[in-house]
Amino acid sequence: MATENKTAELTELEQFRKDHGLALHEERPLTTLNLGPTHPATHGIFQNILQMDGEKIMDAVPTIGYIHRAFEKIAERRPFYQITPLTDRMNYCSSPINNMGYHMTVEKLLGITIPKRAQYIRVIMMELARISDHLICNSILGVDSGAFTGFLYVMQEREHIYDIYEEVCGARLTTNMGRIGGMERDLSPKALHLIDEFLKRFPKTWAEFEKMLTRNRIFIDRTTDVGAISAERALNYGFTGPNLRATGVDYDVRVMNPYSSYEDFEFEIPVGSKGDTYDRFLVRNEEVWQSLKIIEQAYKNLPEGSFHADAPHYYLPPKQAVYTSMEALIYHFKIVMGEADIPVGEVYHSVEGGNGELGFYLLSDGGRTPYRLHFRRPCFIYYQAYTEMIVGGQLADAVLTLSSLNVIAGELDA
Amino acid sequence: MELTNENVLGKIISKFGEDNIQGAYSPDGIMTFTTNRETIIELIQYLHDDKELQLNFLTTMCGIHYPDQKDKELCVMYQLHSMRHNYRLRIKVYMPASDPVMPTLTNVYAASNWMERETFDFYGIQFLGHPNLTRILNIEEMEYHPMLKQYPLEDQTREDKIDTYFGR
Repeated sequence: MATENKTAELTELEQFRKDHGLALHEERPLTTLNLGPTHPATHGIFQNILQMDGEKIMDAVPTIGYIHRAFEKIAERRPFYQITPLTDRMNYCSSPINNMGYHMTVEKLLGITIPKRAQYIRVIMMELARISDHLICNSILGVDSGAFTGFLYVMQEREHIYDIYEEVCGARLTTNMGRIGGMERDLSPKALHLIDEFLKRFPKTWAEFEKMLTRNRIFIDRTTDVGAISAERALNYGFTGPNLRATGVDYDVRVMNPYSSYEDFEFEIPVGSKGDTYDRFLVRNEEVWQSLKIIEQAYKNLPEGSFHADAPHYYLPPKQAVYTSMEALIYHFKIVMGEADIPVGEVYHSVEGGNGELGFYLLSDGGRTPYRLHFRRPCFIYYQAYTEMIVGGQLADAVLTLSSLNVIAGELDA
Repeated sequence: MELTNENVLGKIISKFGEDNIQGAYSPDGIMTFTTNRETIIELIQYLHDDKELQLNFLTTMCGIHYPDQKDKELCVMYQLHSMRHNYRLRIKVYMPASDPVMPTLTNVYAASNWMERETFDFYGIQFLGHPNLTRILNIEEMEYHPMLKQYPLEDQTREDKIDTYFGR
């Protein structure tokens, strides 16, 4: 009886093999393929040792840590204001978000309230950063599926975003933007002009980019059902950000725990349904539109007022005052030498980074440096799921999955 | 039930007893309490499964080193999040440096796999039952756990180092 059942279940191929006296399942040796650490398709330093059966991935062992720079250890030695440049180098595609996330964490510890204007400027900069982050991710996804043009086209827009950064803080990539207590300077007329220009020009570019890929048959075929993950698995794996929203969970830190006046703005949280590469692409695309909407609102309603908090103990005085007033000189000295009074405390603050919930767990013992500063890096947490997402798929799909997850090596390794 | 720190703490204490849940305080609005190694996995599993709390998201975990606390030198901090209620909870477990052993959480949260490897890598805390407890960010040949406080960063002003490549 049992044998009969088994016969009935044989596939055509197995029947053929049985008829010709072959073993039912061919035992093929697996090929070991070393993908990375440096490979043009990985966009960062990731190594995956794959076990391949032809083009099919049977197993993957990721190795990370190639650009580990011990930020958490270094942070335990540096005074608070010197830690900001470390955060730049985590997700270097959206450094301002990291900078401001860190600043807000310390402000939470110090109990400083930030004036509305500074909060709005922060929102503008953070949303610009989100756009540049998503823009890279989605255009690289195009490159990996064979569409190079869109990448170069939107890369130009990223340069314009970097021009705005440059006008606001002086740097382009690793921005070190803002300070504990607000921004280091007000938005200059030129910066406002650049933002205005960007708001006028960018939607056209982005619409064209979307048009190129969203309903592109080749792109859809390459990305649908590739690297899919269910909402339950994604939550279990600690996914956050666009990758989680692509699975259909509408979790966004900006809405759930609004910081920096996000509650003032009207925007929507796009969600996907299947959690595959195509959904992640669509969610990021839509988030760019929502970010534009936020920037527009913040730009239009930019309140008057100061661009920094009235916190002389923690916020560097203007240079002019340092040279002319005793008080400013003392504060300047104390802050630069790391002698500002920091309260004892324990805070967790999270912001919606380019890739998800970017959290800072700060433990202060009242000393000049943090006692412990732990970064919740979204990339590090969700990259664990990569093996599960690519096993059983094709090698070319694994590359697409990696770029659609937007794993940033700097954030992965910290 | 509205999730307030008092409610949740009451619920957890009534389930696990006052001996196991100690020192509750909320430094930044997030309730923090201490438990022990025997309870932690059961507790997190309970919080994960409980329909009322739905604390089913592991936000982060990390190690902390307090060299001056006798028999409580090492600490592991878990932070949970209930997305349904937007409620966060922090749990700490202290252990002596001579016995740095914790049970693994990987059976509850897949996310804790690399987090535990990271904690092991930097603090030397052994997670019993972990499927692959190896170093993750540092090189495998490393002989110490660098985030422990007894390893200071290199003195920036040292002069005995000859580095012909960078001219320091």
